[in-house]
Amino acid sequence: MTTASMPVEAESYNFAYLDEQTKRMLRRAILKALAVPGYQVPFASREMPMPYGWGTGGVQVSAACLVPEDRLKVIDQGADDTTNAVSIRKFFQRTAGVAVTEATTEASLIQTRHRIPETPLTEDQILVYQVPIPEPLRFLEPRETETRRMHALEEYGLMHVKLYEDIARHGEITNSYAWPVMAHDRYVMTPSPIPKFDNPKLSDSPAVQLFGAGREARIHALPPYTKVVSLDFEDHPFVASKADHECEICGSRESYLDEVITDDQGGRMFVCSDTDFCGSRSAALETERS
Amino acid sequence: MDGAEMNIYAKVKEAGPLLSVRGLSKFYGSRIGCADVSFDLFPGEVLGIVGESGSGKSTLLSCLAGHQAPDEGGIVFDGRDMFAMAEPERRRLARSEQAFVHQSPRDGLRMGVSAGGNIGERLMAVGGRNYGAIRETALDWLGRVEIDGARIDDRPSAFSGGMQQRLQIARNLVTAPRLVFMDEPTGGLDVSVQARLLDLLRGLVRDLGLSVVLVTHDLAVVRLLAHRLMVMKSGHVVEQGLTDQVLDDPQHGYTQLLVSSVLQV
Repeated sequence: MTTASMPVEAESYNFAYLDEQTKRMLRRAILKALAVPGYQVPFASREMPMPYGWGTGGVQVSAACLVPEDRLKVIDQGADDTTNAVSIRKFFQRTAGVAVTEATTEASLIQTRHRIPETPLTEDQILVYQVPIPEPLRFLEPRETETRRMHALEEYGLMHVKLYEDIARHGEITNSYAWPVMAHDRYVMTPSPIPKFDNPKLSDSPAVQLFGAGREARIHALPPYTKVVSLDFEDHPFVASKADHECEICGSRESYLDEVITDDQGGRMFVCSDTDFCGSRSAALETERS
Repeated sequence: MDGAEMNIYAKVKEAGPLLSVRGLSKFYGSRIGCADVSFDLFPGEVLGIVGESGSGKSTLLSCLAGHQAPDEGGIVFDGRDMFAMAEPERRRLARSEQAFVHQSPRDGLRMGVSAGGNIGERLMAVGGRNYGAIRETALDWLGRVEIDGARIDDRPSAFSGGMQQRLQIARNLVTAPRLVFMDEPTGGLDVSVQARLLDLLRGLVRDLGLSVVLVTHDLAVVRLLAHRLMVMKSGHVVEQGLTDQVLDDPQHGYTQLLVSSVLQV
């Protein structure tokens, strides 16, 4: 029973699922992406044992970065215990045999879908994002040849036309997630669909940030301490907003909140989307009280 | 000719040509697109290019505007060789100092974007980052091309053909380019709308001191707008000179045919 779930050293030549050639290819792409912050590096994305949209890009990037000493944390919308997070964590436990954790501070590699942890990251950590659409201009210009040319020539007028249209029509820029950013004063990139509340955390982060898009076969990256600016207008500046409530479990006013519908009578509650942050805060309050 | 005007001519001559074209040729396989075209365009001058369909005038225009690479010849814009230039610089030039007005406004406008966004795009492309200022400029330009400011948030698809064409002109002129390429700007419009558009263009060209290369098959349009005229046939320039001179006293047989084919009402 245990042999099926526990890898045996002698059998596991290919640490972390991928063969060595694939990892080599991925690492080359990652290094290139780190060298040119925000530039989308094409890579030969492999089939992974999960459907597209479930983090195949993130899993490949994580697999290329993992070493046996790593401690892995996987979150989905901030939570450690949702299906996507649990299955990817199990996958690496089984194929790499690495230690796992739910505590942000203990993890050396964090794979995330749609959130940046509330707890500040450190220089010893790598944050891997799962990215559905890596091209920020995709919905404005459907042709890949054109968008590449626009990136190459820094022709980003169209991006601001979109923001202009939002303000003209709705009075404000309507993106609440995937707010486009300018990386290192050169490339416009999408931060993957993180809420705009998390955008300021992208900039000047001590951790390495890697973005993997499996279906689109693109990797982009932000090396530590990269300047990242959310696009906006001088007179309609970017504001990192969140629900104006406090968490009903831990009482935090600073963390990003999920709205949870509790019944069909209009009942709702707001709780932290980062379960580790919320849990450790509640525990600290508990010990204070007792 | 009075003294003041003499002065202007002297000044222009001293400044040198804005655009100078030498021996420009473009071949489609063995067929000729345009062959050995040379001319100088001075600041504030409007050059008309006329000829029948297939005479190579659109090929010439797209080579001049950098949409196609010519096979031979050179283009110098404001002292800079357009073909020695790196592509980023050429594109930057194309969206700040040059403009292209298409025959069909659908080719030149973003139909899914409001009128204000259409006018603002070039401003934002050259670094405009103040919403209020962009909107104000857009409103000002809508006024200049005689479109009601209240329609700033409407999409061009809700505009009439004449309004779309005027919007396209506003969108192109907003960054104050020095050189404008126009491909049949009045094509497909009815005569009364054409007349208004020509009036508008004439005013803008004079007020902004634009240099224009204007391609058309409509001799009335060049008579009204162009200072100088180039007649093309089968890819070659057969005659060029002052507009009135060419139209009133055509020398080449083809020009004579062209002038005499115009219907008199």
